[in-house]
Amino acid sequence: MKFTTTWKRLRLAAASLMTASLLVGATSLSVAAATKLNAEGLIIPQRQNWSFAGVFGRYDRAQLQRGFKVFHDVCSQCHAASHLTFRELSEPGGPEFTKAQVKALAATYKIKDGPNDQGEMFTRPGKPSDPWPWTFPNDESAKSALGAVPPDMSLLAKARTVEYGFPYFLAEGLPFFEDEEQGPDYIYALIKQGYMDPPKGMKVPSGLYYNAVIQGSNHLIKMPSPLAMMFDSAGKPNDPKFYTDGTPITEDQVARDVSAFLMWAAEPKLEQRKRMGFNVLVFLGVFATLLYLVKRKVWAGVHDAPPSV
Amino acid sequence: MSGPSTYVPKSAFGRWFEQRLPIMGLMHSSFIVFPNPRNLNYFWTFGGILSFMLVAQILTGVTLAMHYVPDARLAFNSVEHIMRDVNYGWLLRYMHANGATMFFLAVYIHMLRGLYYGSYKAPREVLWLLGVIIFLLMMATAFMGYVLPWGQMSFWGATVITNLFSAIPVFGNYVTAWLWGGFSVGDPTLNRFFSLHYLLPFMIAGVVILHIWALHVPGSNNPAGVEPKSSKDTLPFHPYFTIKDGFAVVVFMIFFAWFVFFVPNFFGHADNYNPANPLVTPQEIVPEWYFLPYYAILRSIPYKLPGVLTMFASIAVFAFLPWLDTSRVRSGTYRPVFKVFFWVFVLCGIGLGYIGSQRVSDATILAGRLLLTYYFVFFLVILPLLGLLETPRQVPASISAAVLGAKGAAAAMPRGVGAEPSVKG
Repeated sequence: MKFTTTWKRLRLAAASLMTASLLVGATSLSVAAATKLNAEGLIIPQRQNWSFAGVFGRYDRAQLQRGFKVFHDVCSQCHAASHLTFRELSEPGGPEFTKAQVKALAATYKIKDGPNDQGEMFTRPGKPSDPWPWTFPNDESAKSALGAVPPDMSLLAKARTVEYGFPYFLAEGLPFFEDEEQGPDYIYALIKQGYMDPPKGMKVPSGLYYNAVIQGSNHLIKMPSPLAMMFDSAGKPNDPKFYTDGTPITEDQVARDVSAFLMWAAEPKLEQRKRMGFNVLVFLGVFATLLYLVKRKVWAGVHDAPPSV
Repeated sequence: MSGPSTYVPKSAFGRWFEQRLPIMGLMHSSFIVFPNPRNLNYFWTFGGILSFMLVAQILTGVTLAMHYVPDARLAFNSVEHIMRDVNYGWLLRYMHANGATMFFLAVYIHMLRGLYYGSYKAPREVLWLLGVIIFLLMMATAFMGYVLPWGQMSFWGATVITNLFSAIPVFGNYVTAWLWGGFSVGDPTLNRFFSLHYLLPFMIAGVVILHIWALHVPGSNNPAGVEPKSSKDTLPFHPYFTIKDGFAVVVFMIFFAWFVFFVPNFFGHADNYNPANPLVTPQEIVPEWYFLPYYAILRSIPYKLPGVLTMFASIAVFAFLPWLDTSRVRSGTYRPVFKVFFWVFVLCGIGLGYIGSQRVSDATILAGRLLLTYYFVFFLVILPLLGLLETPRQVPASISAAVLGAKGAAAAMPRGVGAEPSVKG
């Protein structure tokens, strides 16, 4: 009798919990579905599904290789990636190009080196150990050509974030809700959703572009839409065979792939970290359980009678 | 550290050595047979957890220093070199950065436990004061450590905090220039912060030894707040507390490991992955979470010097706690009114932290001032008056009475009969 009432109560509690979470889920979904502007005309980037999210998250090699192609053909024309080396492209846990591919790729770049034994600087083909070379010799030259220094891309995915505010940020630290992917969420939203026509009556100065993901200063950004360089205004790709692995090229696909690639560039040890982390948690969990059992054994009876010491 | 040792070494070499340097006897009396109150709950394991964190921080820190370069042009790159090229460098750095957070989390629990159970009261005032010194050293160490990666938040955090000293009348600007080693935060500042960041943890370790020494003279306080009266009230440190502390440390490590391996940048700030740039001020300069309550206090005062003084006073007030709390009853368990004010104080601290993380507006300024008022009223008015006005509940006659209940106090009770184990989990 007593058991059945407890069971009923439990079921009631579970049902109300589920209803509550469904409601919360529905509200957050409706927020997500509306990639719409908030009161300040700002798009708050939404959480995307990433293969590298979660305890068992791993990068999608094919996606990283596609993202690398976007980075190589488009982004790196202007952006630097000074912390990224060629060799990392063939290391485990990344796009995992073959060593030969990376060697051939590096050799297509001319690297300034020296001085040699005559005291002269010289150029040589790139080697896998070289850092990613930049189009511009220095910041000043980038600024004079582009009007601003584009941010270095190697850490961009960790240097950008989405502030969800109190109390949501607390959940981002909890198991099952954890979120270290705000950077790629932000980059995806910036290039896929942010570029749009400015509000009526607003004049965008030449050399600037309207992007609703950019905070402050009237949502203006100096980077022209990178997708507009690859697609026409109707969303048709300039090069339908851009991806060599047969993946159809769409604006959404390009934005996702390059965001994932930038996350890897910023956090190349993510897979190693998560794999080791799981093992560490399992070990510590077993160890803690054993210690607890020993502790119980040691303390057994201690509070029943005066200790015999 | 509690009187002459009864330790007799088993081996001949041990006896020979003990006559010349009785360090094994010291360890034996301090960590083997040392009598601890038998009713300690799990809040008393945070001393062990903090010792573990100090050792973990020093070990990871010394290893990181082998690869880090304290040079304004190279520091940021050297940290990235650690993350990418050094074997398990990412692990060392994430452990060290999250370790600071865990250290402060544990020290705040440790301090609030002391506050709740009146652990600072006679004869433990010096023990408490040494703790306050450790806390100050920790804050200085953590602040300087956050500057070392030389990201945007490092640089601008250092600028804001060192600028506080310019509030000193007349000499302020000289003092800040002296701290910087120049006319702004720069290479000399980074170098001296690195040097001090390496030095201070060893000073902390020294004061921790004094802290443990001062603990082992009167022994631990306990949840009942009455001193042990007989051997019935205590248990030897080993095996009872070594196993209990060991279990607590491993549980804490699980919590620590979660952040290191799965959300390593949760407590960090994204802007610190942008290299320091003296020409670009970040939209918001926010300190690490453990400094947010003090930051809120600083920003609640509209004038610079009084703001700085109030902020320092909010930390210094801890040193006067043993004399501000006038209650003769130690443990908050037996102080029904104190309990309420205590928990409001905890919420007030969390509230100040929240205000410190927010953009300044009229509402946050007002809320910050209200919370700040309660913070000081709690220490300077409530604690002194409460000791005189509050009627505490009956304090147990002894620790064994508290553990075993009124019946169990009769020592002749047979084993297995009597109250349930009452150790709080």
